[in-house]
Amino acid sequence: MAELVTYRESVAEGIAREMRRDRDVVCLGEDIGAAGGVFKTAVGLFDEFGPERVRDTPISEQAIVGAAMGAAMTGLRPVAEIMFSDFLACCWDYLANEIPKVRYMTGGQLGVPLVVRTANGGGLGFGAQHSQAVENWAFTVPGLKVVAPSTPSDVVGLMAAAIRSDDPVVFFEHKGLFAAKGEPAPPDHVLELGRAATVRRGDDVTLVALAWTVPMAMAAAEELAREGISAEVIDLRSLVPLDAAAVLESVGRTSRLVIVEENPYQGGWGATVASIVADEGFESLDAPVRRVAAECVPLPFADALEDVVLPSVDKVTAAVQALAAY
Amino acid sequence: MTHQLLDRYEQMAVIRRTEKAAHDLFLAGKVKGTTHLASGQEAVAVGASAALRADDYVFATYRGHHHALARGASPAACLAELMSRSTGLCRGKGGSMHLTKADAGMLGSYAIVGSHLPMAVGAAWSAAYRGTGQVAVAFFGDGATNIGAFHEALNLAAVWRLPVLFVCENNLYMEYTPIGSVTPVPNPAADRAGSYALPSELIDGNDVEVVEDAVRTAADRARAGEGPTVIEARTYRHHGHSRTDPATYRPADEVEEWLARDPLLLARARLAELGVPEGKVDAADERAERLVKEAVAEAEAAPGADPADALTDVWADGGATWRS
Ligand SMILES: Cc1ncc(C[n+]2csc(CCOP(=O)(O)OP(=O)(O)O)c2C)c(N)n1
Ligand SMILES: [Mg+2]
Repeated sequence: MAELVTYRESVAEGIAREMRRDRDVVCLGEDIGAAGGVFKTAVGLFDEFGPERVRDTPISEQAIVGAAMGAAMTGLRPVAEIMFSDFLACCWDYLANEIPKVRYMTGGQLGVPLVVRTANGGGLGFGAQHSQAVENWAFTVPGLKVVAPSTPSDVVGLMAAAIRSDDPVVFFEHKGLFAAKGEPAPPDHVLELGRAATVRRGDDVTLVALAWTVPMAMAAAEELAREGISAEVIDLRSLVPLDAAAVLESVGRTSRLVIVEENPYQGGWGATVASIVADEGFESLDAPVRRVAAECVPLPFADALEDVVLPSVDKVTAAVQALAAY
Repeated sequence: MTHQLLDRYEQMAVIRRTEKAAHDLFLAGKVKGTTHLASGQEAVAVGASAALRADDYVFATYRGHHHALARGASPAACLAELMSRSTGLCRGKGGSMHLTKADAGMLGSYAIVGSHLPMAVGAAWSAAYRGTGQVAVAFFGDGATNIGAFHEALNLAAVWRLPVLFVCENNLYMEYTPIGSVTPVPNPAADRAGSYALPSELIDGNDVEVVEDAVRTAADRARAGEGPTVIEARTYRHHGHSRTDPATYRPADEVEEWLARDPLLLARARLAELGVPEGKVDAADERAERLVKEAVAEAEAAPGADPADALTDVWADGGATWRS
């Protein structure tokens, strides 16, 4: 068995693999050069590819993403880093109005093959402005692909797919997973965007998860198994394209659905999954659809408070138990 | 040289008449939404275009008809877009504010004030990285100089020393408010350039020859690896901000003064000075008149936007599918 690698290392590995095969791939962001990124997710890139391809920027989120857009429109495949996903708000014009619309509003004349990578999510006590899970922000915008890997190997496979994609991709790396270890990605590992992974088979309930909530759902499934409840766990891996077929197929067998999402319940991506299942999978359901999501408050600092707000293994098991008894 | 100026004159005449046609078609109810006409500002687009290479990149604003036309979009394709026709530049998916002709290096018109300046910086970065010798040009209004993206773009372009030109069309007003009343420096773009250690030129934006010279000099510098230039071209719009604006907030003497400095009149006077017979200039006007008349007819006769197009062009595969 190969030595395990971290999710953090896999980010740099995934980018490096693409930079080796395609000179048009360039990186830009704050502190991503010699410093290797504040989360050390770019370590080694500057040394291997040099300052022309791995560029430190000023603290200018609009310029970072706007310049990435201009470069992508003119032949490059930029990978832009926005340090914390909360800061996407500082360049939201580009993600809401410019990048996703330009192909459409020009009648297909222009395309934007870029990746905006960002560290997303809570659980590390960074407080309200450095901890939000904001994948639902991107999910509301037609024209953006939205990816959020849960394992080191998926980081590499999805990074390859994202960088090779001719469409813009927002790539959410989870802060709570950076230290997580897993099997390294095989050589030439490329996943397809929009293909969910069934990471645990089960018969009684389907748990749909993403990124940080995947290990959470897996732990809940483990606990539920001890109580005789067999849970299937689906890792969506990307929100756009959304593998709704995988969810519908699973619910068709299990008849119960619990969606585990880190973004707030209010406007979270699980609402769209729930609405698809309510609409197209209604006959399969033996119980209401439940969403275990973050509370609708800014993320607090203290652990005792953060625990109240974020989804947890206990909240997932409780939701499943309630449905099993339904 | 004289025949070149006559060419520029004719291009400006075509733009002026296309804008007039857009105005008339709007009043006739044949153009919906809104339009931001560039009548009065033709010299900036024509002068700059004349100084640029065919493969250079241009980014414009919602007030961008003149830039699309100057870069080679046909009046018929522009008017068809305004009239929601399937033969429009963007097949009816863009409209007046988003005229784009990518195959002529006109990489779009953007309606979020200032948003395209960082894009031009990125296009310049791409050109420098690929070593193509291309430059990128962002045209923007005076109002855009007070938005963050302007400052972020100038700073990044300066520190990366990119081949990009920032060309401000200072027409003295934002929508209805004079730029001077919300800006602490008299020249909103040029006076800011120094903060980013960038050279700046304050020029007469109504003189097509002056614009051409300034842009050529800046483009040469950029191609030589000497970095960005800020050009502030003082100009004036002949109409209100957009379709519903009668522009009563502008003092009559100011309007009069600027109308007397109409870029077409200035070019005409210069042509006379150069000894170009008036008949030749009139002939250019007549050709422009005819071209635009035919363009209007062509656009009017074109089929409307195809409803099937509403659900295309979201993704690179041409479609709009977001789920399985
Ligand atoms: C970010 C943003 N804020 C406000 C507007 C509304 N708006 C459209 S045009 C305009 C005035 C812009 O003035 P200027 O930059 O001088 O350009 P001009 O219209 O004079 O060409 C405003 C405020 C907008 N489109 N985008
Ligand atoms: Mg203005």
